Amino acid sequence: MSEDDVDRIDRNRRHFLTVATIVTGVAGAGFAAFPFLASLKPSARAQALGAPVEVPIGSMQPGELVRVMWRGKLVFILRRTEEMLGRLSANLDQLRDPKSEIVEQQPDYAANDTRSVKPEFLVVVGSCTHLGCAPLEDFEVRPSENWAGGFFCPCHGSKFDLAGRVYKGVPAPLNLRVPPHRFVRDNLILIGLDAGAA
Amino acid sequence: MFARLVAIAACFVSTQGAAAGDDVELKKANIDPGDIPSLQRGARNFMNYCSGCHSAQYVRFNTIGKHLELSEEQLVNNLMFNAEKSFETMHAAMPAADAERWFGIPPPDMSLMARANGADYIYNFLKSFYVDADSPTGVDNIVMPGASMPHVLWELQGYHFAVFSENTETDETGSSTTTYQFEHFEQITSGLMDEKEYDDFVRDTVNFLAYIAEPIRAERRKIGGWVIIYLLVFLVIATMLKKQIWKDVRRSD
Amino acid sequence: MARVEAEVGKPQSAIMRWIDDRFPWTETMKYHVTEYYASKNFNVWYVFGVLALVVLVIQLVTGIFLTMNYKPAAMEAFASVEYIMRDVEWGWLIRYMHSTGASFFFIVVYLHMFRAMLYGSYKKPRELIWIIGMLIFFVLMAEAFAGYLLPWGQMSYWGAQVIISLFGAIPGVGEALVEIIRGDYSISDITLNRFFALHVITLPLALIALVFVHIVALHEVGSNNPDGVEIKDYKGADGVPLDGVAFHPYHTSKDLVAIIIFLIIFSGVVFFAPEMGGYFLEYANFEPANMLATPEHIAPVWYFTPFYAILRAVPDKLWGAAMMGGAVLLPVFLPWLDRSRVKSIRYRGWIYKSTLTCFAISFVLLGWLGTMPADGAYVLATRFCTAIYFAFFLLMPYYTVIDKTKPVPERVIYNG
Repeated sequence: MSEDDVDRIDRNRRHFLTVATIVTGVAGAGFAAFPFLASLKPSARAQALGAPVEVPIGSMQPGELVRVMWRGKLVFILRRTEEMLGRLSANLDQLRDPKSEIVEQQPDYAANDTRSVKPEFLVVVGSCTHLGCAPLEDFEVRPSENWAGGFFCPCHGSKFDLAGRVYKGVPAPLNLRVPPHRFVRDNLILIGLDAGAA
Repeated sequence: MFARLVAIAACFVSTQGAAAGDDVELKKANIDPGDIPSLQRGARNFMNYCSGCHSAQYVRFNTIGKHLELSEEQLVNNLMFNAEKSFETMHAAMPAADAERWFGIPPPDMSLMARANGADYIYNFLKSFYVDADSPTGVDNIVMPGASMPHVLWELQGYHFAVFSENTETDETGSSTTTYQFEHFEQITSGLMDEKEYDDFVRDTVNFLAYIAEPIRAERRKIGGWVIIYLLVFLVIATMLKKQIWKDVRRSD
Repeated sequence: MARVEAEVGKPQSAIMRWIDDRFPWTETMKYHVTEYYASKNFNVWYVFGVLALVVLVIQLVTGIFLTMNYKPAAMEAFASVEYIMRDVEWGWLIRYMHSTGASFFFIVVYLHMFRAMLYGSYKKPRELIWIIGMLIFFVLMAEAFAGYLLPWGQMSYWGAQVIISLFGAIPGVGEALVEIIRGDYSISDITLNRFFALHVITLPLALIALVFVHIVALHEVGSNNPDGVEIKDYKGADGVPLDGVAFHPYHTSKDLVAIIIFLIIFSGVVFFAPEMGGYFLEYANFEPANMLATPEHIAPVWYFTPFYAILRAVPDKLWGAAMMGGAVLLPVFLPWLDRSRVKSIRYRGWIYKSTLTCFAISFVLLGWLGTMPADGAYVLATRFCTAIYFAFFLLMPYYTVIDKTKPVPERVIYNG
């Protein structure tokens, strides 16, 4: 072999080895970075503290609102009366998303006219979808103001109906979020887990 | 009285190591961390006999379930006596303030006991209780003289009597000191288990304690194997590259 | 030869020109990396500098992630470490890397310093590099000491208690100084919090600044080598030292091999023996700090034990502390204590070879003796080794002059 041939083989070999080293090194760096990034996920303690919450509803009166905490958030459970349920279809044209078409705001079992598993029980996160204030209950019907009852946010005046659906013309853009939940028994709601999950 | 004198005889200063300062010869526990049935038995033993007073406050039931191959149902039915959810940690049944009042010292948490003192220490401790009429609990312990812990496992092991040999030394001034050296145990009453069964019982329990001291142990060794294999492959490639690059460096003439 | 030059004469892209007009990127790369020439005959002793840098990076990165989950309060610290070990995903790995890294930092740094003693790397014109290096060593000791309090275990608390009270031995200001260090009348939650600030912010910043300055000083004069010959004395027509090779790609490719071997050993410990028989993670530290119960043996972590042994060799609190301080400070003066004309041990006489060997052995022995109880034959052995330690430095101006050296070659000896 001539000297040029040896040179060429050496150069190719060196290039190949350089590429091999870089590829192996980058792969290793990726493997090494993974545990550090994974450590940023909620820890076992966070998962324990954020575990699903059981709420007994057997003694709830019709028209009663119960407040519970789940994952650091306020959750409303409202036992709607027949009358309240009747008023749900009254002001559909005044709502931004009356059919709950924005899928992020509720699980698919709550994408219905009452936004709930059972019509009687509304379960929503008590956090205004504008900037997160806790809305107040305002169930008094005031026909003069065209108010059929619902939730009112004191921070910037956003309004939601008795299914947590947001009105037009207010700062909040979305319906109140319905968290994953299911009925363990008729008198026990579990917030945080769907029916499908373990 | 015997107990205090044994303490004098036994209190040799020890070197760096897991044992807490006694010159007592510690038999090897010979635990097998990979023996899952042993760990399961140990978990059962701990919950039945130890968790009444001793917490394992850093250990979650669901972690035990994962590593000991126990289902949620098995955890709830067999291990979770004073916990509702499997993500909870193992707290003791006895309130801490009461425990301190009754025993003078709160029963220590067990999460890290096997790492602080070693599995062998705990193994020998649980086998070394003997009858001592002067003690408030009616027993003392060769491995930890003056221990406040009663012989919780008396039903299983029965009671032992400790035989000491006496050694009196008189120095130049005429004063004499008597030291007592532990020789062996003698069985007074037998328990539900014979010696081998009790030995296995203690070994399983200590195995479990060693596990909860570091639940990640098995996994870290497994991952370590892969890491080293990867690094060896990388080493080969990097060495070849280095040699290739250094090929044209002239040697000294 | 042709291949190396092709690398250097690369045409610049438009982006690189834009950057170089505003920032000295290319010239920095050339000066410090691609046209920094170091001797071709580096051996294994020359690997510990870059390894120290690797360990520093490991400690910084793992330290940041530990800080995300650690709680610097006396009531919560111990539990937060167990939280990291058990509840934080991969927390156990980050913790073990940090605890192992602390010990490996000292292994690497002690070997790095020993290299300087083998090859006279502290001699003119490299005295300042050595002094900065000693400062790094002092800061590193403080950093390790502050860090060790953080887990708030039995050894953390009582080890700190012993070492801090040493400062009380200083006449006059001692007691006041101890109170200032603690921030309280005894080691407490207040002490823990401020040691956390020291360990996470103050000392790492100092360390990074000093390492930067250390490398700048090194690059100013160029590296030494195992033959102690200055490669800048013989340059080619192009100004490149005849016995030098560019840092990149020659030393970078060689250092990569060393780094991987280091990582293999490091991983072996992290994954298979993180406690290292109680030397890297002390058994007593698996018990939370108890102010009412002193452990039977209080000893500092292994990397402090040589100096701790010297402290205990003297039966007087003040003089013991003074001797220990003296032992730590004495190496600073090596550039002036060593009067030999010859740099490298390869060309020194039998006297220096013997004294250096005795020094190394007694340093290691002192380390082991520091873990033993202070009675009986151990005391005698410790005093003997302490005498050797001090004699090595204090008699050096004499024996390095009378030592019969061999002729030093003009050019570096490299045989592949």
